[in-house]
This record gives sequence, structure tokens and C-alpha cells, in this order.
Amino acid sequence: MASGAASGGSANTDTYEEARSWLLLPAWVTLVALSLIPVLLMLVYSFLTKEFRGGVIWEFSLAAYDQFFFDRGLFGDDPATLEWTYITIFWRSIWQAGAATLLSLLIGFPTAYFIATRPETSRPIWVFLVTIPYWVNLLIRTVSMKFLLRDQGPLNDLLIGLGLIDSPLHMVNTNFAVQLGLFYSYLPFMVLPIYAAVERYNFALSEAAADLYASKWTTLRRVLLPSVKPGVIAGCILVFVPSLGAFLAPDLLGGAKNFMIGSLIEEQFKGNAGNWPFGAAASMILLTMVLIILMIFARQQARAEREV
Amino acid sequence: MPSNSFDIKSYRGFQAITILCLIILYAPLIVVMIYSFNASKSITVWEGLSLRWYADVFTGPESGKFKLAAWNSFLIATIAATVATTIATLAATGMIRAGKFRLRNLSYGLISLPLMVPEIVTAVATLIFFNAIAFERGLMTILLAHIAFCIPFAYLPISARMQGIEDSYEQAALDLYATKRQAFTKILMPLMMPGIISGFLLAFIVSLDDFIITNFVKGAGVETLPTAIFGAVKQGIKPNIMAISTMLLGVSVVMVTISYFISKKDQKS
Repeated sequence: MASGAASGGSANTDTYEEARSWLLLPAWVTLVALSLIPVLLMLVYSFLTKEFRGGVIWEFSLAAYDQFFFDRGLFGDDPATLEWTYITIFWRSIWQAGAATLLSLLIGFPTAYFIATRPETSRPIWVFLVTIPYWVNLLIRTVSMKFLLRDQGPLNDLLIGLGLIDSPLHMVNTNFAVQLGLFYSYLPFMVLPIYAAVERYNFALSEAAADLYASKWTTLRRVLLPSVKPGVIAGCILVFVPSLGAFLAPDLLGGAKNFMIGSLIEEQFKGNAGNWPFGAAASMILLTMVLIILMIFARQQARAEREV
Repeated sequence: MPSNSFDIKSYRGFQAITILCLIILYAPLIVVMIYSFNASKSITVWEGLSLRWYADVFTGPESGKFKLAAWNSFLIATIAATVATTIATLAATGMIRAGKFRLRNLSYGLISLPLMVPEIVTAVATLIFFNAIAFERGLMTILLAHIAFCIPFAYLPISARMQGIEDSYEQAALDLYATKRQAFTKILMPLMMPGIISGFLLAFIVSLDDFIITNFVKGAGVETLPTAIFGAVKQGIKPNIMAISTMLLGVSVVMVTISYFISKKDQKS
């Protein structure tokens, strides 16, 4: 992870060295108390016994993880077989997040490239245009998407009006709606790192390739893409990771059939399931997955930096 | 934008995809904005322009609920953003202006922790934390949770700004017998203002935006705008929700635009 050292070095000084502990103390206290300790407590709770209707009994138990991975029949005394319900939900989440990432890449890459090749003065305006929707309330954006996609919604009206379809397309409560919702939620995260990478790219390399009779698409694939790969990977991670644990898009646009991890976890605490240790265990599994992805990514970025 | 076919930089179709991208981004918002001015009670039929639903938001049967939720939202966002910005400014000074130290990487990891942990996991962890210490859920729990996850958002623009300010200004002040405290408050802080304002605005919007964490740690009956809107949308999208959404959307866009112009003006000078 970049620690953000200034290139000149003159900004990183030791002027306030003796006050350092006092300057950092409020951040340490707040984040240890409200971020670090809660995550560690969640780990503890995932190994406790559930209290009916929420909460826990302070008794060690592996029941939460057992319920996640194994099926022991209705009365719990059958031989354990693999439980597919929750693995399927996780798998569906990975698949949906992957599809949303691919969609974001297919639209985000050309957009980022187009913006990065505008004249220097107009680039900030384009970046601003792409980022504004991100700062609009996520709930409102998701609700707006649902409003647009409804069976009697404006999109269907438009398509019927244009004579493209005869009867409304059913889009809400489909996998596609969820993917579109996730795409809509996190698209700027794809565009910004790719934009930054293309902006730094030396177009003399493309010119050299063109001089050697490479076609434009060959140049894109064999010269540009390898150079901006770190930006592309960063964009994919920044879309994939929040999509994996998303709650609003699957809940509002997906309906019951398209249940994802976020809804599974939410149901344990806010819904009818009321099984806190199980919710904590599912959260731990999600967090572990995310941290592994981030670690692989950090290692790759570090290697890429060494190679340059 | 004339595209030169010999230009090796331009690819056919990329401009069209960019336009498509912007349409996908803006169409849902614009449609909801338009329909919020619909006179009709139905969300499917257009019956002409009207401010009826805006009046409904302020004086209608649900106005009490929404006003209280809006008050809670803005109160929490203001306090959380102020506290988070203060903490982030001090932390940035400690990280960037206080020499090298052993715990630097660890501190950086701690500050970015809320960004790495998925939101739903933060929500679960925070709920469990308040439950474990038997802290009664209400406005206070929402505020504490918001302060924590606002810190990295405030920290990013503030630290970026601080890295761009050479320390020669502070050194000049110190040479002229200013105390360290004076160098900090009279020299560094004013130079930092654009970064601090951006940090505050980002933190404010992020707090105003939050649904998942708030929904987990709020007490029964305590609502912020997003949780109130979510509750209402579960019964179906109604025109008054579109009016509220349009107003909230306006607040976000105005704040981001202010932040954009502050940073742009600052780059010029």
C-alpha cells in the first residue's frame, strides 16, 4: 500500500515531531475502538452460541461455521454432508460481482481511455461528469434504477414507443438488473484508476508500434494494455470488492430469487433469521475473502512497481 | 470533437461508449427528477407539471416523519464530518509533518481500515461492539459509527494537500520566533484550508449517504433520511419519495460542485 511519500521530500518534515503522539492519538483511539476492536469482537461472536431472537450466549460453539458448511439433517444427527445453500449464495455473489465488474470494464475502459485522450484542459470536466453520480446517495440511485427498469417504467415505454418491443421487458428482479445496479453503484471506481494509468501512458510507444505496421487494435492489445494493466486491475478490484458485499442493489433490484451475501448477513441481524453467530461467521468469511483479494493485489502492485 | 482517422490515439466507438456511459449514469436520476414534478398520484401516468409532491413532503401526512429524519441526517452528518475532519487533520500532521516513526505503516493501515472492510461487515462489527458493551442503540451509536468511517474520506484530500505544501513557510515563521503552535495554526492551517474543506464535504456526503451501517446501529424508531426512504420504498416507489430524492440529490451535487471548484481554483493559484 502506498504510504504517500512526497516526491520532493520537503513536505515530509519533522516540525511537529514532539507532538506526534498527541496528533495521532485521536485517530488511533477512534479507529481502534470503533473499527479494529469491533472486527475482532465479530470474530469472537462467530464462535459463540446463538440466543434466539438476536444476541449471543457467551459459550464457545462451532455451530455457526458448522451450519454454514455442513448439513446434518433435520434433527442434526444424520452424517454430515456438504451444505450447499450458503455456498450457493456466496458463489452467486461472486458470479454477480464478477459480471458487474466485466460490465464496468467493458464500458469503463473505453470511457476512461476517451477521457484521458481529451485535451488537458477539458479532462477535469469529463472526470467530474463521471464522478458526480457517485456522490448522489446510493439508495436514491438504486431506487431510481428500479423506477427506470419497471415493467411500466420509462425505459419500457421508450422501447415500446420506438417500436423495438411489443410488450414490456421484464427487467426488475432479474440477475441483469442486479448487475446493472452494481455497475451503476461502482462505475467511477473502474474509470478513475484506468484514466490515471492511460494519462501516464507514453503514446510514443503506440506511435512506434504503428510505424512497425501494427494495426490499431494490435497496438491496443499488445502495447497499451500491458502498460496500463495495473490501473485495470485496480479498477476491477475496486468494483468487485464492494459488489461482493453489496446489499442495496441485490435487495431492491434482485428480489428473493437473487439473494446475495449482503442480504444473507442482513437477515441474521435485522430480519427474521436472528442468528447473530451465523451472521458474524458469514461476515468473517466475506472479510477473509476480501482481505485475500486485497493482499494478492497489493503484492502484485508492489511487484509491478519494482519492474518499472 | 473532430476525430482524425489517422490519429493513433482515437479508437472508433470509444466516444460512443463514453456517451452511452454518461446516459446510463444520468438517465435514472433525470427521470426521477422529472417525475417528481408530476401532478399525478400515479407514478406511471404523466399529468403535467406540479410542485404538489414537494408541498406534500413539507406539509403532507408523512411530513413529520421525514422532517425528523432529515434533521437527524443533517445533525449527524455535520457533527460526524466536523469531528472526523478534526481527527484527520491532526492525524495528517502527525503522519506527514512529524518525522519518520516505527508505527507509521500501522497507523496508515488503521486509518484506511474502514475503506478495506466491506460496509456490511463494518455494520455487523459495529452492531456487535455496541451490543457487547451494552451501549443502548440510538442517535449516539449512529454518530459514533459515522465518525469512524468518515475519517479516511476526510484524511485523503487533507493528506494530499499537506504533501503539496512545502515546509519552508513554517520554517520561515519559526525562524522569526513563532512558536510551533503558531506555525501550525497561523501558517499551516490557512494553507491547508482547501484540503480541509474538501475533506469535510466528502465526509459530510459520505455520512449523509450511508444506509447499511446506520440501518444496523440505529435504535428502534430512530430514522435518518436513507433509512426512512428505504422503509417507504419497501411499500413501493411513491411520488413524494421522488421529491425527497430530488432534493437530496441536489444537496449532494451542490456540495460536490463546491468541492470541485475549490480544488480547481486552488490549482490555478
